[in-house]
Amino acid sequence: MTAITAPAPAPGLAERVRWGVSDTLTLSRRSLLVWLRVPAYLVFTVIQPVMFVLLFRYVFGGAIPVPVPGGYVEFLIPGIIAQTAAFATFGTAIVLAQELKKGVIDRLKSMPIARSAVLTGRLVADTGRMVITIVIIVGVGYAVGFRFLNGAGPAVAMVVLATVFGVSFACIAAFTGLAIGDEESVQAFGMIWLFPLTFVSSAFVPIATMPGWLQAFANHQPVTYVVDTMRALALGGPIEANLWRSLAWIAGIFVVFLPLAVRAYRRAA
Amino acid sequence: MPANTGGPAILVEGLTKSFGQVHALRGIDLSVPRGTVLGVLGPNGAGKTTMVRILTTLLPPDGGRAAVEGRDVVREAAAVRRSIGLAGQSAAIQEELTGRENLEIIARLYHLSRATARSRAAALLEQFGLADAANRPAKTYSGGMQRRLDLAASLVGQPRVLFLDEPTTGLDPRSRLGMWDVIRSLAAGGTTLLLTTQYLDEADELADEIVVIDQGQVIAAGTSEELKNRVGGDVIEFTVPDRGRIPEAVAAIAPIGEGEPHADTETGVVNVGVGGGGSDALIEAVRGLDAAGVVTRGLALRRPSLDDVFLALTGHAAEEDGQPAGRGRAGRGRRRSSGGEREEEKVRTAS
Repeated sequence: MTAITAPAPAPGLAERVRWGVSDTLTLSRRSLLVWLRVPAYLVFTVIQPVMFVLLFRYVFGGAIPVPVPGGYVEFLIPGIIAQTAAFATFGTAIVLAQELKKGVIDRLKSMPIARSAVLTGRLVADTGRMVITIVIIVGVGYAVGFRFLNGAGPAVAMVVLATVFGVSFACIAAFTGLAIGDEESVQAFGMIWLFPLTFVSSAFVPIATMPGWLQAFANHQPVTYVVDTMRALALGGPIEANLWRSLAWIAGIFVVFLPLAVRAYRRAA
Repeated sequence: MPANTGGPAILVEGLTKSFGQVHALRGIDLSVPRGTVLGVLGPNGAGKTTMVRILTTLLPPDGGRAAVEGRDVVREAAAVRRSIGLAGQSAAIQEELTGRENLEIIARLYHLSRATARSRAAALLEQFGLADAANRPAKTYSGGMQRRLDLAASLVGQPRVLFLDEPTTGLDPRSRLGMWDVIRSLAAGGTTLLLTTQYLDEADELADEIVVIDQGQVIAAGTSEELKNRVGGDVIEFTVPDRGRIPEAVAAIAPIGEGEPHADTETGVVNVGVGGGGSDALIEAVRGLDAAGVVTRGLALRRPSLDDVFLALTGHAAEEDGQPAGRGRAGRGRRRSSGGEREEEKVRTAS
């Protein structure tokens, strides 16, 4: 192989944006191709929330009285969907840690590609995976008795909110994956922050049943605001106050963790 | 591109880098002419990978400067990235995807058209003997095939300067030879190559020039021949099957040698430089060992290898510490490794 071509001249801004988009799409297509080849990766993402739906619907659900029309299954599904979106970010953190260890990120960083593309490509692909999983859980929910009671528009809005919320968590996960850089530690750390946030919230039980000190946490953390908004969108009821709080939290998470993730990517060694 | 005309392909001046208390690089200088192969030789932890990471823009240096193709690796990092290729210590490939898909994705990231990406991937697969396996997932490849695919991926952008960080570490001997052939053909094609290795025979085999790095410093530089001449003359080498008798064997040959004998307690290999003594020294060695009653195997006189050079060079460094070689290194959390994975320990005679 003879190196004949001269290095290309530095590109202008418009060109850089175009390449940034193109690199992001190439890298997210790479992930989609991987999932196409090894569907097991997707199946595992789906199995856990499906088991949770069945477990809470048929095992625990009967013992949990809830203040919503339609009973526990109506209460449960928006909560499970929010948790599904949050748990989907395990994959974001683990894959980035793996790529770091295998030298894939070194290879990409040593190439003349957009500096943001590895992160954005990951986030775009994982958003796709998240949407697929959420839609499947809605389907499973319908099979076990869940119904949207508030019309199609708010139903779509609920899925969109869950996804945007999930992507904000994916930024946190990307930061942890790149900063910790070891697959198993990343996974363990994911448990530490994702379990309390999703379980100590309004996702599975009414917060009023928790002890007072726990209510203080559950009432003021983002998952509760997001789940309450999603529930109102799905079943009807006041939306606005919780929606603004949700969006404020989501925006705050983006503002803090996206730069942190970018910095961790730059420094990743 | 005025910066690209003339001058060395890689220029490094006074490069330093520390990680906390660890001084990975302590003032490295080197210059690699275009179209040549530089072998960077050193044990684990010598600073080889740190240097490669700085030269490939992955890590900023603390001090000094480095330029690739006349472009500064810090201030003109983007330009440097357009002219380099990197194959790291592990195969940075997507194992779930086929060899062809791996290369096509990299080609697309270099903004080649679909058709060009396809043809470049096909050409590289052919060149690296992977055409038959092109449509199989890379996880079904052998270790050697994965490393070849990784090397092919580093060439997709047709780099002028290629960095290979320990390209054969972890490969079986046959795959290693295959890799050598591939690297030789790249060098013959005019690509400037910087390859790091712990294997002395590898540097000997592939590099035009060799720099020996230890503890973040260049401790020797030159052609393989020049380095061997620094050891000065021939080497007597043999194996002691009964490891317990190594000290006696060392004592027996110590008077013959020009320097101190070296012994590897794990493999039982003992050697000593004998200068121009040649066959007379060999006869003396046989007598000495026979008198000591030590059974040996494969006693022979040979030209010095880079192994000898390395031990001679780092041996001096260890002596300056006033500590036994093995111990002094271990004390600083470093591992003395030479000629592969085995621990090397210098057995000293009465001093």
